[in-house]
Amino acid sequence: MANKIVETKGIMGWIDARFPLTSNIKNHLTEYYAPKNFNFWYFFGSLAMLVLVLQIVTGIFLTMHYKPDAAQAFASVEYIMRDVFGGNIIRYMHSTGASMFFIVVYLHMFRGVIYGSYRNPRELIWLFGVAIFLCLMGEAFFGYLLPWGQMSYWGAQVIVNLFSAIPFIGPDISEWLRGDYLISDATLNRFFAFHVIALPMVLLGLVAAHLIALHEVGSNNPDGVEIKEKKDKKTGIPLDGIPFHPYYTVKDLVGVVVFLIVFAAIICFAPEMGGYFLEANNFIPADSLKTPAHIAPVWYFTPYYSILRAVPPVMNSQFPGVAAMGLSVMAFALLPWLDRSPVKSIRYRGSLYKRWLAAFVVSFFVLGYLGTVPTTVWGQLGEWSKDIVDTRDCATWVARIFTFIYFAFFILMPWYTSKDKTLPVPERVTY
Amino acid sequence: MKKLIISLVFLPLVAFANEAAIGVTAPIDAADYASLQRGARTFINNCLNCHSANYMRYSRLKDIGLTEKQIKDNLLFAGEKVGDTMTTSMNPKDAKKWFGVAPPDLSVEVRARGFDWVYAYLRGFYRDETSTTGWGNCVFDPQTCKVGMPHVLYELQGEQVLNHETHELELVKPGKLTPSEYNAFVGDLTNYMAFMAEPAKQQRKHIGIWALLFLGVLLVLTIKLKKAYWRDIK
Repeated sequence: MANKIVETKGIMGWIDARFPLTSNIKNHLTEYYAPKNFNFWYFFGSLAMLVLVLQIVTGIFLTMHYKPDAAQAFASVEYIMRDVFGGNIIRYMHSTGASMFFIVVYLHMFRGVIYGSYRNPRELIWLFGVAIFLCLMGEAFFGYLLPWGQMSYWGAQVIVNLFSAIPFIGPDISEWLRGDYLISDATLNRFFAFHVIALPMVLLGLVAAHLIALHEVGSNNPDGVEIKEKKDKKTGIPLDGIPFHPYYTVKDLVGVVVFLIVFAAIICFAPEMGGYFLEANNFIPADSLKTPAHIAPVWYFTPYYSILRAVPPVMNSQFPGVAAMGLSVMAFALLPWLDRSPVKSIRYRGSLYKRWLAAFVVSFFVLGYLGTVPTTVWGQLGEWSKDIVDTRDCATWVARIFTFIYFAFFILMPWYTSKDKTLPVPERVTY
Repeated sequence: MKKLIISLVFLPLVAFANEAAIGVTAPIDAADYASLQRGARTFINNCLNCHSANYMRYSRLKDIGLTEKQIKDNLLFAGEKVGDTMTTSMNPKDAKKWFGVAPPDLSVEVRARGFDWVYAYLRGFYRDETSTTGWGNCVFDPQTCKVGMPHVLYELQGEQVLNHETHELELVKPGKLTPSEYNAFVGDLTNYMAFMAEPAKQQRKHIGIWALLFLGVLLVLTIKLKKAYWRDIK
């Protein structure tokens, strides 16, 4: 067997002759050139990786004590909280980690939106990212059933029932998902399987694809300038690029520590986060005979849940609401083809785009808030309206207006991005 | 734009703050071991006859300053071991027949309801001849004021009636304790139930302080490291 010729010596040389270790370290770290002008928004990609690892590690320890059995699940979580050494911290890390995962991923996605990171040639990175987001939503949903509290149970009931709104095949689909006619032990068992093995495997595969695609085309930056277009003539290294390691590894380390400070503060001093991260109702064991007065999903699903509630049924079918909710999540995948602006970054876009983006952000927050409260929260329209409208709840009408704006942001994007007055983009990044 | 985002982020917190409209504040003090111990005694003597606290071990009472001997001599009545959990001997099926509903397990009740709710509930019983047990409680159900649980502590509190005009409770027959003594009594009980709902709460706060101190030092070091590496980037 002819040995491969390698530059390294000793152990590394032995490995490199058999496995591309040095070249991988070079391609992905020491000779992966990232733009030098990354700002605050660029911390969240590495933080998402950190939270992913934290969730996997804490999850492994939780599965050592958790029992996926309707009769024992709730008690086993309290057992972890009380009798397992360090169990309360591990459980809070996992429950807080779920919410922090979404915070970090939402900020990461927002970065992609404002700097046009989804544009050519990064469409596939973005699509892998949207798939990661969907996978994460599934992971959070399946995991939320496991503590087997009232909110776990009824939240799952509501979401699984959404599928029965699909015409013709819907009821069969939801029964197939549940494995029973109601949420039961069979459902808990299969959700446990999805949560601890099926989706994490898919998630890891997608994260790998996301990173491979990123390192193929290179990172975007706050100016939306392609650094690969201006290379040093001798070395072929982008003039505005710096090696990811050590520059961004040490910079991301600062972000990691700041994140851990916030994370530790929540875990140790406010793990329920005022009822947003751990809901009070979930400290009551699941009871299939007692429907809670107010069922709300955890905060990270509430914008879409608001959209679901806002869309009125058509011909007694809830399907339009379910379809709208699905579209509200899937719409992100279309961004690379909806955006017709000649520039990528918000820095060089005009005020028209900025106003639409602001309207979208406001819609997202208002819908998110409304999803956490009953539709009666803002009172009712007056007597005059009772024959003209289907609901008199003011909050539902507000949700309808913002649902409209939410979708308009996507649907009208080809129009307002091409019409917008843009500023000239510099040749090189600004640092 | 930035201001708008910040105010929107905090909007839900404000909205949640408005919700707690129970009207009384429970005297919760996790450092007051005497109060916690009195509450534990009340809980074990009274509540455990019907309710269970299946996730709470008697041995955990060591966290509020009791010794194993004290627990054994004063709080174990039916041959339980110190390491056992606080079960009840009432059969749930019988309980359902007697009260219409099996008394819930109280281990994490405070986390489900909040301590102010528990405190108000324990003070909120009044004479209601129309109900099956003879007692009503508007804290439990503000609409109907019906509750399955009878007023177990009525000998201590005395009897209250609901004034339907002012919607206030009035003490018509004094009990063994004065109103302020009774409030302190159920205050201790609530304090204990708050401890029982999350016995490791103080421990996690303690860990939190050390974790934040460590991370604070680490932050200074990582910022210095970052600056040292980035000095040559122009």
